[in-house]
Amino acid sequence: MKIIITSVFVDDQEKALKFYTELLGFQKKYDIPMGHHRWLTVVSSHDPAGVELLLEPDEHPAAKPFKNALLEDGIPATMFGVDDVQSEYERLSGLGVCFTQPPAVMGPVITAVFDDTCGNLIQIVQANQPS
Amino acid sequence: MADLFEALAAPARQAILDVLCERDGQTLFEICSRLAMSHNLTLTRQAISQHLEVLESVGLLSTRREGRYKFHYLDTTPLEAIVERWLSRNKKKKEK
Repeated sequence: MKIIITSVFVDDQEKALKFYTELLGFQKKYDIPMGHHRWLTVVSSHDPAGVELLLEPDEHPAAKPFKNALLEDGIPATMFGVDDVQSEYERLSGLGVCFTQPPAVMGPVITAVFDDTCGNLIQIVQANQPS
Repeated sequence: MADLFEALAAPARQAILDVLCERDGQTLFEICSRLAMSHNLTLTRQAISQHLEVLESVGLLSTRREGRYKFHYLDTTPLEAIVERWLSRNKKKKEK
């Protein structure tokens, strides 16, 4: 058994696709019409065969209260790995992305947390290797 | 002032104040992360919430909602009462 897909609940799939591809730099993998919504996944550009991220509609009545409670406490919905948290922070801030936590050393890792504009916080993380 | 000392007595609450000195205006998640990752304090989120409430009740901490997030800020004003009561007075005496 292996992990092939994970998901985030988004309030608008089209907006999410733009954010996750144009700002975060992922690429679209599958876009299959499913009634009102789409089976919409993205992957890392440098690992297109890797784990997919499903941009899943948050229309279930339980999804929004759940998301709002996580937002209020600053809890990320998921986490992405980057080579350099500081440079991503500067790049994304420059594009208008709102961070609830600027880069901070958290023991063995450096993390930062931003808002994906679709109702989620996302944590980016890099290993904090002593230089 | 008794409540203030009680609030300060718990090592976990001292650590929370330390964490807010590192950076003011943190989400609950960031406070929990810093406590766990940098201070080796692995409390449950509920326990940390309760400590935050105690700190807020004595005025050492304030919360502000910005958009959909809630941030926690350190407020050292209550500590000035300690300085006033003992340190400042003692200092004045020595100066005389």
